[in-house]
Amino acid sequence: MEFQRRPAPFLAPEASVSALMLHVLAALIPAAIAHVWYFGPGLIFNLLVATVFAAAGEALMISLRSRQPETGLTDYSALVTAALLAFALPSLTPWWVTATGALFAIVVAKHLYGGLGFNIFNPAMAGYVVILVAFPMHLNLWVAPSMGDLDYQKLTVLQTLTFTLTGSLPDAISFDAISRATPLDVMKSGLNNARTITEIRAVPIMGDFGGRGWEWIGNFLAFGGFWLLIKKIIRWQIPVGVGLGLLVPATIMYMIDPGSNASPGFHLFGGATILCAFFIATDPVSSATSPKGRMIYGIGIGLLIYCIRRWGSYSDGVAFAVLMMNMAVPAIDYFTRPHIIGHDDSGERNG
Amino acid sequence: MSAPTYDLGTLHGGLRLPGNKEQSTRNPIFEMPIPAQLVLPITQHVGDPAQPLVGIGERVLKGQLIARPDETLGAPIHASSSGTVVAIEPWPASRRFGDTAPCIVIDCDGKDEAIVPADKPADFTTLAPDDLMHRILDGGIVGLGGAVFPTAQKLMQARTCKIDHLLLNGVECEPYISCDDMLMRENAADVVSGAQILMHALQVNVCFIAVESDKPNALRALGEVLGAAKDSRIVLKQVPTIYPSGGEDQLVQLVTNREVPSGGLPTDVGCLVQNVGTAAAIHDWIIGNTPLISRVTTVTGDGVAKPVNVRARIGTTIGDIIETTGGYTDRAEMLIIGGPMTGKSVSTDRVPLVKATNCILVLSHTPSPGPEMPCIRCGDCAAVCPVQLLPQQLFWYACADDEVKLREFGLMDCIECGCCDLVCPSHIPLTADFRVAKSRIRELADEKARAARARLRFEARSQRLEREKDEREAELAMQKESAKAAGPSAIAEILKRKQKKSEDEK
Repeated sequence: MEFQRRPAPFLAPEASVSALMLHVLAALIPAAIAHVWYFGPGLIFNLLVATVFAAAGEALMISLRSRQPETGLTDYSALVTAALLAFALPSLTPWWVTATGALFAIVVAKHLYGGLGFNIFNPAMAGYVVILVAFPMHLNLWVAPSMGDLDYQKLTVLQTLTFTLTGSLPDAISFDAISRATPLDVMKSGLNNARTITEIRAVPIMGDFGGRGWEWIGNFLAFGGFWLLIKKIIRWQIPVGVGLGLLVPATIMYMIDPGSNASPGFHLFGGATILCAFFIATDPVSSATSPKGRMIYGIGIGLLIYCIRRWGSYSDGVAFAVLMMNMAVPAIDYFTRPHIIGHDDSGERNG
Repeated sequence: MSAPTYDLGTLHGGLRLPGNKEQSTRNPIFEMPIPAQLVLPITQHVGDPAQPLVGIGERVLKGQLIARPDETLGAPIHASSSGTVVAIEPWPASRRFGDTAPCIVIDCDGKDEAIVPADKPADFTTLAPDDLMHRILDGGIVGLGGAVFPTAQKLMQARTCKIDHLLLNGVECEPYISCDDMLMRENAADVVSGAQILMHALQVNVCFIAVESDKPNALRALGEVLGAAKDSRIVLKQVPTIYPSGGEDQLVQLVTNREVPSGGLPTDVGCLVQNVGTAAAIHDWIIGNTPLISRVTTVTGDGVAKPVNVRARIGTTIGDIIETTGGYTDRAEMLIIGGPMTGKSVSTDRVPLVKATNCILVLSHTPSPGPEMPCIRCGDCAAVCPVQLLPQQLFWYACADDEVKLREFGLMDCIECGCCDLVCPSHIPLTADFRVAKSRIRELADEKARAARARLRFEARSQRLEREKDEREAELAMQKESAKAAGPSAIAEILKRKQKKSEDEK
């Protein structure tokens, strides 16, 4: 009798990259629903545009690089990149802006660096920063959240789709009537104009912590994030690190001068903090790998987010913070190598 | 009855794997009858092959010495039953390298006639430790946990170190394998007796018997024997059921909280580890005068009809064992010698049971992990590595063939447990890749050593040639000097002589 042969081990691995990516996508669903609830159907269109172009970019690069198509497209990593990019964009974004971001993310940030596993930078954030620099005014057009009592005009599904496809609104509607500065923008310009926190917080859009609508999306993102933690798709060090890095300086500054510093709660629930902590910074490819290294990486991102928000010219700093810490990853990994059992570490680090 | 103790060190990582041991532990150990033919590889141990002492056509008796190593590392081999030697030839075998091995083939006569013991077994406590070790050497005893290091030489090496702990390894952490479990249940007294012999040979006064928590019956059996033996030097230790806590270095770390240094041995930290099966084999030899000619092995997996533990003679073919215990199921696809994590698949069941064979695993399916994807650096492999390596970095350097970095990141410390493979979402065969990288590094080191030797030889030769040239020149100069001193007539004579010589040559 002839038997098949294979090297050990003979037990099949349980996890797979595609399952991992599908979990991440599933964890975004509650927040996506909340997003549509508060900001209209724009997210859906952005998701579609980003997905189509990300998948097209992936297929193109895989064929150019003569790779097996099944290893590239079925791992769903391009979908996660597209989804994260779409989440970072305002609900009203013309298609070419989204497409530019998605293509840059996949073609340049991912495949030109060697594809999945080899990219130094978080593709979604690299794509986002490119369009933030290339199309700044489009990324400031946030519609006001739908909360019932706010004075705003709401776009229909068709009007939103028309804007996504053409970049223009119906003649009767002006941008001023539908869009609002985001809470982070309000905070930044308010502080720049020497207004106090109390005055700034009186603006109706500010909500309880991080801005109406945004804070609820934040809750749902955190919900999805905790589910990923329970499923062991992500590890706790990076979310906790981001939280610590952001909240510790925010709390200290807030205690020193609550009149001119936003509260820690605002920083936590405002902007993309929670999206970053659970979904963006936790991208395994571009983050540090050891538990200690992940903690440092997370803290670095949190600190940079705080510095950019507090002293930088951009109102939010998640993308820049993540990209800067991506650059630090090789160094972090090098200096946080665990002790190998049986090794004498004293001479090794210098050698 | 003495209760197991729990104070333990820690082990990094590891996996809780489905045990799959209940299938093979339902029935007592099955005594395999004498097979028609025995196939005994001359290398069943770490070290050099044993040299056959018998010829083709010679009749051998059960327990007769049929192959003996030279004065180097190795262990003798005994006939497992009586019969006639019919061949000494290469035969399929499960080995770390290569698929065949020279074997002594014996046609059994079924009489199982045993050789008359040369001397009556002496009370081992009256023997000097060194004499006891030599006696263990003669029994052909090797480590039965799978490493098959000759036990006597391991003990002799340990005697040169300061040993304060004897550890008996009854952990058996790999799924499916239950031969040590069954042995401890049924022959606990032999294990304890073996421990006492080992303690006398090593002159140590502390022995831990470590058993995994998923073997309550074995723990109970050992506890009862220890309670009756009233030997306070031997302590039962229950260790958590985590793979690979039964690795030699891992067990030392778990039980004594000492780290075995990289490239070193447990003896460097005062510990000597022996498998419980080895202890029982030592008892059989020293007390019962039976050399290592049989062992307990687990026949299991969903490819066999009746999973069970078998005591079979060394040299019985796997096919004979499976046939006798109930045969294959229709779905048998893969035959693995050893467990599912570290075992080796073989293509034929003609391979014989050897001293190392702790498990015969037949699987009905080939677990196909799917296509290999790029590493996404999730770090799960590092989280489960019991040696705290960074498999994702090692994989990177292995692809780049970066020997310096591979060494720096501890490739040679990899115990090839396979944990990283099981958690890898990209389905990278990390352990197999590391095995290749390791052998490549060893080859490189060999090559370097050979090159260094060649260079030394070359330099020595150049020096010698140089020296000879200098000597020749010095001699010539001296002859010229002496000729000059002798005057013109002498020179003329010399020239004449030379001329005559050249003419003669023509």
